[in-house]
Amino acid sequence: MSEVKLRRYHAAKWDEPFIMEQTVPGTRGLLPPLSPDEVVNAVGSADALIPAGIKRKAAPKLPELDQYHVLQHWLRLSQETMGMDLASDIGEGTCTMKYSPKLHDQMANHTKLADVHPNQPVEDIQGVLEIIYNLEQYLKEVSGMYKISFQPGGGSHATYTNACTVREYHRAHGNLDKKDIVITTIFSHPCDGATPATAGFKVATLMPDESGYPDLNALKALVEEYGERIAGIMFTNPEDTGIYNPDVAEYVELVHSVGGLCFYDQANANGILGIARAFDAGFDACHFNLHKTFSAPHGCEGPASGAYCVRQELADFIPTPTVEKGEDGYYLDYNRPKSLGKVRSYIGNPECMLKAYAWIRTMGPDGLKMTAETSVLNNNYLDKLLQQIKGVTRPYKDGFRFEQVRYSMDELTQATGVGTDDIRSRLVDFGIQSYWMSHHPFIVPEPFTPEPCETYSKEDLDYWAAAMRQSIEEAWEDPQFTMGAPYAQPIGRMMDTSIVDDESKWACTWQAYKRKNNK
Amino acid sequence: MKQLGLIVNPMAGIGGKVGLKGSDGEEIRKLAFSLGAKQEAPDKVIRALKRMAEAGHDVHIITCPGKMGEDEAKAAGYDPEIIDGIATEITSADDTKKAAEILMERGVDLLMFAGGDGTARDVCSVIGTDIPAVGIPAGVKIHSGVYGASPIHAGEAADMYLFGGGSMQLREMEVMDIDEDEFRKDRVSARLYGYMKVPFERRLLQSAKAGSSMSERATIQSIASDVISNMQPDEYYFIGPGSTTRGIMEMLDLPATLLGVDVVKNRQLIKADANESDLLGLLRGEAEGKTHVIVTVIGGQGYIFGRGNQQFSAEVLQLAGYKNITVIATESKMIGLDGKPLLVDTGDEQVNQDLCGYRMVITAQGKRMVYKVSC
Ligand SMILES: Cc1ncc(COP(=O)(O)O)c(C=O)c1O
Repeated sequence: MSEVKLRRYHAAKWDEPFIMEQTVPGTRGLLPPLSPDEVVNAVGSADALIPAGIKRKAAPKLPELDQYHVLQHWLRLSQETMGMDLASDIGEGTCTMKYSPKLHDQMANHTKLADVHPNQPVEDIQGVLEIIYNLEQYLKEVSGMYKISFQPGGGSHATYTNACTVREYHRAHGNLDKKDIVITTIFSHPCDGATPATAGFKVATLMPDESGYPDLNALKALVEEYGERIAGIMFTNPEDTGIYNPDVAEYVELVHSVGGLCFYDQANANGILGIARAFDAGFDACHFNLHKTFSAPHGCEGPASGAYCVRQELADFIPTPTVEKGEDGYYLDYNRPKSLGKVRSYIGNPECMLKAYAWIRTMGPDGLKMTAETSVLNNNYLDKLLQQIKGVTRPYKDGFRFEQVRYSMDELTQATGVGTDDIRSRLVDFGIQSYWMSHHPFIVPEPFTPEPCETYSKEDLDYWAAAMRQSIEEAWEDPQFTMGAPYAQPIGRMMDTSIVDDESKWACTWQAYKRKNNK
Repeated sequence: MKQLGLIVNPMAGIGGKVGLKGSDGEEIRKLAFSLGAKQEAPDKVIRALKRMAEAGHDVHIITCPGKMGEDEAKAAGYDPEIIDGIATEITSADDTKKAAEILMERGVDLLMFAGGDGTARDVCSVIGTDIPAVGIPAGVKIHSGVYGASPIHAGEAADMYLFGGGSMQLREMEVMDIDEDEFRKDRVSARLYGYMKVPFERRLLQSAKAGSSMSERATIQSIASDVISNMQPDEYYFIGPGSTTRGIMEMLDLPATLLGVDVVKNRQLIKADANESDLLGLLRGEAEGKTHVIVTVIGGQGYIFGRGNQQFSAEVLQLAGYKNITVIATESKMIGLDGKPLLVDTGDEQVNQDLCGYRMVITAQGKRMVYKVSC
């Protein structure tokens, strides 16, 4: 590794009160003119148009501020975050945090897309439909599949759509009363187990063998003992560990042998893009996160889109409508009598589709392949650097990993008490996003999972590894110091997080919070 | 000020380094010393206490004289209060028990003890689940889940429990011990002696390496509702010992025998704390052909039969039918096995063999983990 100089950095800190506390009664940002009398006389008051049942009894308790102070408030808060494109996202493994071209934002903001209403007649939105239609053709080529639904509004939503498709398929074949088990693996994304459970299946999870592959013998035993009941399998490859399972065809064959369907979670396809296809590996369905692999931004930085791809045998069951091309142009096809119905309104998130479309057009077929090659190369370079750090281990088999790696810091923790939680709190002092540890449950103790996408240069990788090395070396020398980190951030340690373990206390909304806590 | 009780078994661990597989009993200790063994427990205790001292919180330590706590506390910079009536020189299991009794009466907020399985047993026999406790691992045998992953972790857990503002939960962990005489003959025969309430934060307890997004309690309830929703009318359910299985009884509003087998039919308790012959009687009589055995896993070790639930003998299991065995365990317990298989040791080779293979373990409502069983 070339000599890396760690940057001096300190985040902004504002002692910013809650916006509710900044209210100045009577202040307004905008005062729209009242409707002229002729208009009111002609159509009546707007108030009368709202059904009585949904009218609120009291005005909402909104803060009263002018625009300048609202803007100032949010800008200050935004300065206290790491922001997008500001700090390296190399640590966000399994999230495929790649650069989202700003040009695509401009396109997506274009009035011809941004101002379109989904109920607009199809004649008006032929251009949008053409883009969606073409995107489908490209992704069919990339996956090998026959038909795609863009309706799911995210990756987990696409896996849920698959679980429902599996259900409808078995229902149509009269097997649903028997087939109640869906198999997944512990190192797949948790949605591959959670969504079939939501769709009504029992979920059986395979554990890793010594190499880190899902235990094939366990699958054989399951198929032998519960074959009749197996509805399908849903898993990733490579898994969270970055280990690619070369025997995946055998898993598929086993599940097929008892009439189960095989779903390949390709939310993150950066390891295999343009190189391997789910269809060729025998899978019945797969999905892509357009907001990851295909460059639409991921992680609360924009809406999401899970492109759900199926073989011909499953095409009858996917959600409606789909975009089709007819003699008179593009149209929305609702004619799918066995469809599972809708999983979301309308046709999905067109801005994500546009960004994915633009990205594919920019990259071209060779570019897609180069994406996978570069991310795998990046990852294995970073891997070399990280494996030299004392206290970092890489569980399971030797050899290369694909686009990400799950490491362990257990050695460091056992010796010093400093855990992965502490190290990630220190890492942010170098102007790097706090890394992601692992999905639950933690199979690998004290885990961390970097994923250096194709976006990153060698210098970026060197910098990330150097910051990790520095953070970990400090921990060996002075554990207390690391446990006190971060020092360059507006907020120190996360507050007591035990509340999330107590379902009687936590809440997703302010109202629910007040109710649960008797406030 | 918060009060921490401290009991050190200074003899803990001396057998280990000289290959004696334990340190219980006067003879063994003499032998160990003659083989050159040194007391290592005090050092470990000092490490744990120093971790607490570093955190800088004001804590009042109440402990036993000499090596049973006083020396270590002082070495770590504390000014402990010493209780009366405990021997200073030779220390025995009785001293441990007596100290536990006194400290419990003093109302300490947390009892910290150092030793191995034997010490945990002694402490448990006095305090049970009445007051929270945490163990500093210093013994040769550590099968009990009440010990921190290391002395430093134990110190950190204690500090976080006392001063973390409720950031730690308490959970009941098994106190296990094996018979050392048998163990020295390379035969393992472990028993479940009880449970203690131990502060729990994901990474600090031994074998509690699994993170989980659901609390332990909610997970156990979720398992219980899965089991209960699958219960059939007029069938018999033999509910094995443990805090996971107890969740079923609690959800059914029935009293549970923590260390024994309860029999349930139509949501009613048919027999509490049934022994092997009770079970055989049922299996040969009214429960024939309609029995389900529900067991959990011994944390850290992975035993599903043969440890802590000897009522489920080879014969009972054969009569009940292997297909009618349901294993339940939280995901964190399963992951705490660190990839080691589940184990069976019914005393009957053939039955052990028959039980080997893979099993679906219920880890939450609708969730199963496919897991290997060995013998
Ligand atoms: C393999 C895999 N599957 C599914 C998902 C879920 O996607 P989403 O976050 O859009 O729901 C992710 C993560 O983002 C993932 O990495």
